[in-house]
Amino acid sequence: MSFISDIYAYLFYFATLVLLGGVAFKILQYARTPAPLKIPTTPAPTTRVGVALRMTREVVLFESLFRGNKWTWIFSWMFHFGLLLVTLRHLRYFIDPVPVPIQMIQPFGIYGGMAMIVGLAGLWTRRFFVDRVRYISSRSDHLILGLLIAIGLTGLMMRFVVHTDIIRVKEFFAGLYQFEVFVLPADPVLLLHLLLVALLMIIFPYSKLLHAPGLFFSPTRNQVDNPREQRHIAPWAKRLEQE
Amino acid sequence: MAKANFQVPELKEYAEIPEIEPGVMAHSKTFKSKPEFQDALGFPGELVEDWQKKAIDKMGDLLGRYRSLRVYLDSCVKCGACTDKCHYYLGTHDPKNMPVGRQDLLRKVYRRYFTLAGRFFPDLVGATELTEDVLGDWYNYFHQCSQCRRCSVFCPYGIDTAEISMAAREIMDHIGVGQKYCNEIIGKVYKIGNNLGLPGPALIDTLEGLEEDVFDDTGVEVKFPVDQEGAEILLVTPSADFFAEPHVDGLIGYGKVFHEAGVSWTMSTYASEAANFGMFIGSYDNMRRVALRIREAAIKLGVKRIVFGECGHAWRVAYSFLNTLAGPWDFLDQRYPIPQHICEFTYDLIQQGKLKFDKSQNDDKVLTYHDSCNVARASRMGDKPGGQFDIPRAIIREVCNHYYDMDEETIRDRTFCCGGGGGLLTDDLMEVRVKGAQPRIEALNHVIQEKAVTHMAAICAICKTQFTKVLPYYGMDMDQIVGIHQLVSNAIILTGKESDEQSSESAQATA
Repeated sequence: MSFISDIYAYLFYFATLVLLGGVAFKILQYARTPAPLKIPTTPAPTTRVGVALRMTREVVLFESLFRGNKWTWIFSWMFHFGLLLVTLRHLRYFIDPVPVPIQMIQPFGIYGGMAMIVGLAGLWTRRFFVDRVRYISSRSDHLILGLLIAIGLTGLMMRFVVHTDIIRVKEFFAGLYQFEVFVLPADPVLLLHLLLVALLMIIFPYSKLLHAPGLFFSPTRNQVDNPREQRHIAPWAKRLEQE
Repeated sequence: MAKANFQVPELKEYAEIPEIEPGVMAHSKTFKSKPEFQDALGFPGELVEDWQKKAIDKMGDLLGRYRSLRVYLDSCVKCGACTDKCHYYLGTHDPKNMPVGRQDLLRKVYRRYFTLAGRFFPDLVGATELTEDVLGDWYNYFHQCSQCRRCSVFCPYGIDTAEISMAAREIMDHIGVGQKYCNEIIGKVYKIGNNLGLPGPALIDTLEGLEEDVFDDTGVEVKFPVDQEGAEILLVTPSADFFAEPHVDGLIGYGKVFHEAGVSWTMSTYASEAANFGMFIGSYDNMRRVALRIREAAIKLGVKRIVFGECGHAWRVAYSFLNTLAGPWDFLDQRYPIPQHICEFTYDLIQQGKLKFDKSQNDDKVLTYHDSCNVARASRMGDKPGGQFDIPRAIIREVCNHYYDMDEETIRDRTFCCGGGGGLLTDDLMEVRVKGAQPRIEALNHVIQEKAVTHMAAICAICKTQFTKVLPYYGMDMDQIVGIHQLVSNAIILTGKESDEQSSESAQATA
């Protein structure tokens, strides 16, 4: 079975490269693109600390979405918070020794996985039953939801139905750090789970998943409302003044 | 009034989210800009050859210049939070008027030419070529957006459709497809100095007439100075204030406030316009050119302060962009905000106890207040966030006895647009304007029914003009819309004015 292990090893190297490289490229691109005008959506904070607080509320509590649509807020918050717990739980497969907080979070990670599925199902249901949301959904929107649900379900299956040899999975990923390929257990559910995760990593920088870094660069949310006090001018606009 | 050739929406007791009716507004096309209007702004006169390539190039250029555009085109997850937030969607039911629906008109072309997914899997991600049909949709639907930013309040990523629609209009202008209304007006500003095309002598004449009217009315010599070098304050106000009702009553109000403040002030025939339609067409260059006129006038007249009159998007450009576009303003008196809103100015005087009001002069009205979108969601007043909501309300409460807010969901940063902003205040878009006004008028109707409200105050020239025109479609009167400084003007007690008692005493004495 080492053939499959090899393929997965290369797949994960490739996926990691695409994910990190792609997101880094997009972040650099966003950071380098000037924001020539002050456009915070007001009422906006007048200090940097205020902006950090506003941004934190957006990231942690989805404040704007809460005002926008309660159902979408409930489901997407369930999904994202569940995903966070699941990710933290999974860290034990990649870190040795496992830090105490990660050990303690293990059971909650399972609930996170369930919350994630419920949230995603809710979001997907909206795409069928709310005519406005159905209208704006493209095939990729459905596919990404399907992909995430499939990842969640295969994950939960390994916890509740067909266990896999976790020790060897951990060995496999630990081996990748040293560029050594250990044999991955040949369980179909595990292989499917890992394949889908790699796929998710690969599409991340080319899909709407860019909303994650995008939020931090959104001028309506990250700008300080102080245009009268401080002159704000982009390099290309500055050049107009010299003409 | 001409009869509407479209169905005016019904006002319901509770706001409803309509079902989508694809394509119902596809027929709405605003007049295209003629070559002579395009030329003045530095755009090609008519659709250029290889327009498709030029449009894509321009899009690439803008993507490199505006972080907002790039981030917003990438970040949308189609969550749907914005779908029921646009007043044009609520009023027309056309899904391309949902903020995300409107953005997608540009986004699908962006995806096709600028993203890997769209290049290789266009059908999967909804990417399309820039065809004539798509351009047609751009022209129609990006001119059904008032750039009011209501959607950006509710978007989890702060995606602002105004930014997208400005970019789309900028691209269209660069391939020779401009909108007549905006571009003709900007041309008038360059040529004559204001949106209405009022030449200097006409302006001076109008203001002299105004002085006489105010004197006849009050017995006090309130001045309306023009081009007065060495005045302390330059007032820049929308040109509608010079002649239209109810705008001109607001101008009278500013004059009375300045009179009571005892400051010297002036207007300028060169920069006799606060509005800056460069913003509506998304053109930084044109917005800058218009803004620089104010700088030139300020330098030439040697003023120390700049105050803006009641105009929504003018205040956005003034508050948020003037320092960027036409700064630095180091030659002005730094003790005052640069620029300052007339409401800030009046509010300060009220705080200092320098203004006296007879509130009963507005007793014939029960008021509510319409937060204009550009003031509410794109600017500030005073030094605290939200001052743009509190200061105008504080002034209204100071000058009248009866005031009620409309439903909380429809005011402050959640305010509904009047339906005429963003370069849509033209008769050829009347259907869009009337339907787009529906959510605001529904909320107004509530307070009319429940609180016996009779008048709605606003501090935006476009709102005032739009409501004057649109209220009658809903069975209301055009004079139910008033300006804040119109109310101030009614209630203010001018120094040097004899009170009724005194004048009757002096009349008896002479008798």
